[in-house]
Amino acid sequence: MLRLEIADFRIETLIMTLAHIDRRNFLQLGATSTLSFLLPPLDLKAAEKRGAERPKSMIVLWMSGGPSQLETFDPHPGLSQVESIKTKISGVEIANLLPQMAEEIQHLNIVRSMMSKEGDHERGTYLLKTGYRPDPTLRHPTLGAIVEHELPKNGVEIPRHVTLGPTEWPMWGGFLGAEHDAFKVYDPGRELHNMQHHRPDDSQKRRLENLGVLEQNFAQGRKLQTKKTLHQDAINRALQMMSSKQLKAFKIDDEPEAMRKAYGDSTFGRACLVARRLVEEGVRSVEVSLNGWDSHAANLKNQSANIKDLDPAFATLIKDLRERDLLQSTVVLWIGEFGRTPAINPAGGRDHWPTGFSCVVGGGGLRSGMVLGTTDPVNAKTTPSDPVEVADLYATILQTLGIEYGKEVITPIGRPMTFSSGKPISKLLG
Amino acid sequence: MNIIKRIRLLPLAVILGVIVLVLGASRTAPRHSSDPPGLEVVPELDDAVSKIDNLFEQDWTKNKLQPAQLASDLLVLRRLSLALLGTIPSLEEVRQFEADLEPLKLERWTQRMLDDSRFGYYFSERLARSLVGTEQGQFLIFRRDRFSNWLKDCLNKRTPYDEMVRQMISETGLWTSVPATNFVAVAFANEALDQNKLAGRTVRAFLGQRIDCAQCHDHPFDHWKQGDFQGLAAFYGQVKNSLVGWQDFPDLEFQVENRKTKELETIAPAVPFHPEWLPAEGTRREKLAAWITNPDNRRFERATANRVWALMFGKPFLDPVDGLSDPPEGAPDLLDLLGADFRLHRYDLRRMIQVIAASKAYRLDSVHPSEDDAQVDELKSHWAVFPLIRLRPEQMIGAALQAVSLSTTDQNSHLAIRTIRLFQENDFVKEYGDLGENELTEQVGTIPQALLRMNGELVRGLVKSDFFKSSGRIANMAPDNESRVETAFLVVLSRRPTVVEQQYFVSQFEQSDVSQREVIMEDLFWSLCNSPEFSWNH
Repeated sequence: MLRLEIADFRIETLIMTLAHIDRRNFLQLGATSTLSFLLPPLDLKAAEKRGAERPKSMIVLWMSGGPSQLETFDPHPGLSQVESIKTKISGVEIANLLPQMAEEIQHLNIVRSMMSKEGDHERGTYLLKTGYRPDPTLRHPTLGAIVEHELPKNGVEIPRHVTLGPTEWPMWGGFLGAEHDAFKVYDPGRELHNMQHHRPDDSQKRRLENLGVLEQNFAQGRKLQTKKTLHQDAINRALQMMSSKQLKAFKIDDEPEAMRKAYGDSTFGRACLVARRLVEEGVRSVEVSLNGWDSHAANLKNQSANIKDLDPAFATLIKDLRERDLLQSTVVLWIGEFGRTPAINPAGGRDHWPTGFSCVVGGGGLRSGMVLGTTDPVNAKTTPSDPVEVADLYATILQTLGIEYGKEVITPIGRPMTFSSGKPISKLLG
Repeated sequence: MNIIKRIRLLPLAVILGVIVLVLGASRTAPRHSSDPPGLEVVPELDDAVSKIDNLFEQDWTKNKLQPAQLASDLLVLRRLSLALLGTIPSLEEVRQFEADLEPLKLERWTQRMLDDSRFGYYFSERLARSLVGTEQGQFLIFRRDRFSNWLKDCLNKRTPYDEMVRQMISETGLWTSVPATNFVAVAFANEALDQNKLAGRTVRAFLGQRIDCAQCHDHPFDHWKQGDFQGLAAFYGQVKNSLVGWQDFPDLEFQVENRKTKELETIAPAVPFHPEWLPAEGTRREKLAAWITNPDNRRFERATANRVWALMFGKPFLDPVDGLSDPPEGAPDLLDLLGADFRLHRYDLRRMIQVIAASKAYRLDSVHPSEDDAQVDELKSHWAVFPLIRLRPEQMIGAALQAVSLSTTDQNSHLAIRTIRLFQENDFVKEYGDLGENELTEQVGTIPQALLRMNGELVRGLVKSDFFKSSGRIANMAPDNESRVETAFLVVLSRRPTVVEQQYFVSQFEQSDVSQREVIMEDLFWSLCNSPEFSWNH
């Protein structure tokens, strides 16, 4: 109860502050989005809604470095360094390093014929996160940013676009603006940093009022430029977040021990559990990053080490979402920037392979239990059957999330761009 | 070198307008920043600067743009200090600057900063980003710190940039004793040297182009295998790590597996244009180095000009900094003008900095009366108004630490300040968001940054009023409330308060008890540090 009062007081302080700062320009201010968060939350948590009225979300499990399709979801005898096991999809086998996923994969789909045009980590990540190839004249938004940009806010006070776990290129807003960059949590499951102001209330109030005076002076003669910096906007949203009860979604200490254990005692496991909590809270777009797939040397050792964390976390996430009836409203995508070569190099590693690698996708209203594409088991050709372009996959995901994938947005340099240049894959759509 | 005559000064008692500030008596080493201004020798810049100014003037006239007014000298000093030293001017420097009535003040103060020991430290790290990236690499065979130190020494010694580049590309020896070899060493991973990575880096860093991606548009599926790219990579095909470090072995061939035939193919070194620039003699790497730095190679000087412009303004003249098109035909553009001057003056990076700092575009205000979105964008794209650029995290921490102290903070600073920097800089940079090699692009403020500035340990510790910190000193030692407020503004924002601000903040002190003075000063410091004016270069 005490916590609640403090929280309310802060919001009130904030309202007073804003009113004070902008008394003269109040109408003008009201017209901008600055005040929109002060409206009471209109919607209940996502988990308390059912059916078509429930807002959708997306979780991307980002496999940074490029996971091997051969040691995960597209094993081939003689080429893979591991054995295969049967799955709950009849006739479909995956690597035996993923026993728990073998029990859950029927709720998702495997695409074995992903096609990229980029074989470099940075460029490949760009294409796989945006659906577009790098372009020197503009920076496309990532899928995660588009989802957050387009789906309703629904009274969510914490960032609606979050990246969990260490990662080099977390989801970015691109031409939609850095305010749509993912909020980064490098050590998920622990207390978030910098959420307390540690000040007596009168002092904090004075500080914020001072800030208003300074900001107003700075904006004189550079109003538009100052507005575009989003400096004040970021402060307002930070203040709102600091006092939000939704912050608890970032913590996992009130989860039953069995649940935490099921996800696994790893950064990735904790991150997947936080991802589920965030989605429950109404966060639209969560990226969970798992590094260390770039196995140019000792492929099996490196891949296995990652898969040990991946299998329990991924499988438990799917099971947990299902049991909470959230899978129908949440797209889950497992993907990296490319796959790995069928041939083993002299260092015992596999190199980059952007043609014919695997991803796993499902939930959010997509059909399930399907396998798309086949790669050539004898490695004679590089183009798989039924190749799937990244843009098509993303058009499919946007479509099932209720986002117009072909919507044209005008970029800052005045060039119209669509969210995705692809066409939805009808086989995947329910 | 245009060195300020070093004068060993007794610990100074500097009278700073309203405050008597005793500089640390323990300071023994002489340092430039406490030398009195006025003795700096400024190179002759008029010809180069007027060419550049004319180019912009013509462009503004042609596009019917009314450029912004000139910014105040103090504001330009702040920009220069941020760009060259990674921090804001200290109160000590502000007072000296204002008392300096000699001609060519800003040119002399630019020179002063270039001669300041902090310049080498800060600027070498900025350059290192483009040369070896931000990765720490494999410690046993790559030493980033040695490389940065070497760059710093080169900057201090005014080593011509073409000479530095030749050393990076072709030097032999151990990465510890011959630090330039770290340019090659950083591409060593998974037990082998990645020649492709080196080729891509070489072209990006020294020619400002991305040859690999220019090709991929023609060859959508296999761009990384294209002949030109491999030809360049083959220049690094004979360098290997040995017991005596990086050496060239003329018997080695550069072989690449053909993806279709699966057979190893020997690739001969080849350049994509102007093969006549390749010398007949030398190792492969020496030939490549000579080709890159050939005086006829416009790409080399243009790429360097674009990068130095970016480091001065916070954004490149042509964006992205390493994605330039081929040099344009016809009349020279800004990069050609800067590049030619660079070449004529023995590829002197410091001179290029001087020229940019003295140009009109660098001295324009960021304030412009236009309220039309499109027009402001137009003004910005023609450099007719100074852009608002978010401070880099290192500038942010440098500025915050400077704001804590009234005298100039450098390696002679109070131990407590240096300790804070040592322990908190990395965490702060990580949390504030280090953009790595993409640092030279425009950014907006973000929630994590706001949280870090408002609530983070660093700012919290810094604004806390005590005897060592400026908030405490000003609160207790300034003679009256007016000078309290004015000094706080000068320390944090490098300017005086406006009339409105002065009235507003003085009344806070007047309306409260003397016992509240320190708290009010802490709060004022916090607000100044959290204002957009503090965390944006303007």
